[in-house]
Amino acid sequence: MSTAAANLQLQDAVFVMIAIVTTGAALGVVFLRNIVHNALCLVLTFLGVAAVYFQLNAGFIGLVQILVYAGAISVLIIFAIMLVMDKEINQTNLPIPSLGRRIAGVYITALLVITLVLAIYFTAWPLATGAGAPFDAVGMLAELMLGDYVIAFEAAAVLLLVAVVGAVILAKGVEKQ
Amino acid sequence: MLTDYATIGVFFLLTVSFPIAAMALSWIFRPKPKAAPDDEKYTTYECGVDTRGKTWIRFRVNYFLFALVFLAFDVETVFLYPWAVKFQKLGFFAFAEMIVFIAILVVALWYAWKEGALEWH
Amino acid sequence: MESLFINLSQAFTAWLMSLGLSAGWADALLLAVQWTCIVAIVTLNITILIWLERRVSSFFQERLGPNRVGPLGCFQTVADALKLLTKEDIVPSAADKLIFKTAPALFIIVAVMLYAVIPMGDGMQVVDLNVGLFYFISIGSLSTICLFMAGWGSNNKWSLMGALRAVAQMITYEIPLAFSLLGIVMITGSLRLSEIVEAQSGVWFIILQPVAFLVYFIAATAELNRGPFDMPEAEQELTGGAYTEYTGMRWALFFLAEYTNLVAVSALMSTVFLGGWQGPWLPSWIWIIIKTYLVMMVFFWVKWTFPRIRMDQLMSFSWKFLIPVSLGNILFTGAGIYFCKWMGWC
Repeated sequence: MSTAAANLQLQDAVFVMIAIVTTGAALGVVFLRNIVHNALCLVLTFLGVAAVYFQLNAGFIGLVQILVYAGAISVLIIFAIMLVMDKEINQTNLPIPSLGRRIAGVYITALLVITLVLAIYFTAWPLATGAGAPFDAVGMLAELMLGDYVIAFEAAAVLLLVAVVGAVILAKGVEKQ
Repeated sequence: MLTDYATIGVFFLLTVSFPIAAMALSWIFRPKPKAAPDDEKYTTYECGVDTRGKTWIRFRVNYFLFALVFLAFDVETVFLYPWAVKFQKLGFFAFAEMIVFIAILVVALWYAWKEGALEWH
Repeated sequence: MESLFINLSQAFTAWLMSLGLSAGWADALLLAVQWTCIVAIVTLNITILIWLERRVSSFFQERLGPNRVGPLGCFQTVADALKLLTKEDIVPSAADKLIFKTAPALFIIVAVMLYAVIPMGDGMQVVDLNVGLFYFISIGSLSTICLFMAGWGSNNKWSLMGALRAVAQMITYEIPLAFSLLGIVMITGSLRLSEIVEAQSGVWFIILQPVAFLVYFIAATAELNRGPFDMPEAEQELTGGAYTEYTGMRWALFFLAEYTNLVAVSALMSTVFLGGWQGPWLPSWIWIIIKTYLVMMVFFWVKWTFPRIRMDQLMSFSWKFLIPVSLGNILFTGAGIYFCKWMGWC
């Protein structure tokens, strides 16, 4: 039993380290003044979340997190930054000056925190039994996706279509200016 | 026994040491002359002429459009991989569902193509 | 000979356990040894590869190539490596220092991480992930960010242009790259690389999926920023793209990472399309080396034969040709599997 306890302690230590890196990077996203630094910190946050997935043995989801968020969303964000850049680079993410916006920010953040705390408090967290036997998570994902959740699955395709069409129209508008 | 992802984690930690070791090795051997920070050699290289204006400027909308269409297809990849793994067991209905899914995204590709979002200027 | 390395590693683990280490620590130490071997082989192999590419390219173009340092010029890359080691490290004063300095390190880390899943022989794999193939694609996609960091951090117009072009090109070719492998996943029903190799004990997938092989090869060439798709670092136009401001060891790390990526992609191609480590007579780990080298020779051949492709042609080639073709390949493979089952062949 002592090795199992030591293993759990090690797991906790690894989790704490991942959590420190992830939240540290997230703070960087908010507080750094250079918007490109913000974007790169965001990539680090994404990778930290992926590491948490890996620690939970959810490899596929972790890799999706890396491929889509760290590999694609971040590129989109960077190109979006390149599209609107015209200020001095070190003043692209200054603290918000207007009081009204600050209050709105605090209000929204408070709402989010309360929702999360309530959700965590009222969810029954079943303890995993056994060592989490390896199972075919990717296959189960496919069965659920194309079985019970097929409507949502096709809706996702339509959502992607709408996103592309909307972005093309918006970008055309930008180009005309 | 280490689990699969613990092995990946340790492998990553080991890999981080590689560039550090390489830079340390070069630090031992490389010359470290003292030069003023405004020395000629620390200027930005631009084929011999002094650089003018900012580098970090606004770029064309093209890049953004490519990234957006890419994102849509990247998400599609994520859906396609689990489907492909289970393809032979899921039966024909799932195949038809996936054809519909791909068809909707082909419409997106066609629209972006038609609107010239895929042209490089 | 066949299970030389497996026996060695088992003996090593047994020895560590006999010293009183727990299984976890023994595994971790074995992993450290494996990692050291991989990095050492990769690094040394690259000096050979660079020499080989320079010699081979000179023969393609009826030049002599490096032939002074050592017999057939084979110490040329050693000399180059020593030179790079002793070069001064220049960080431009205009650069975004932290990003500039970390970019090459991250680039090589991403490249080396790819080797964690490649089967280098029968049972010789660092981790046999159940999503191994997807791991390769997903981790590989991170190198775009590293290139962007290099270009951005340099604060040089050539660098930024080259980096943004590289990012645009790499994201464009990532889609056909990922789509082309889907046909294979449909046939094997697994993302585990060892199972993909075993599924090829009869017929190699290059025979069953020739279109996928071609699409993957082209997309991989673009993903590696190799000629004829080396627009991002086009020396004559962008003076070296994202690497313009880098000197000494930092530049060497980029160069090392590019070749590390090349070897990794070639090894993956031999694993996925050319039967992996399977082959008659010779041990499995020699077969994978032979196949990887053959694929790399084709990469060299292509690079030194075709002229560079213009940026707009390069982008539209992927969006308007490779992506439709690879989607068609998926549908065709699906229909083919059903036809096969209907005829009772499989």
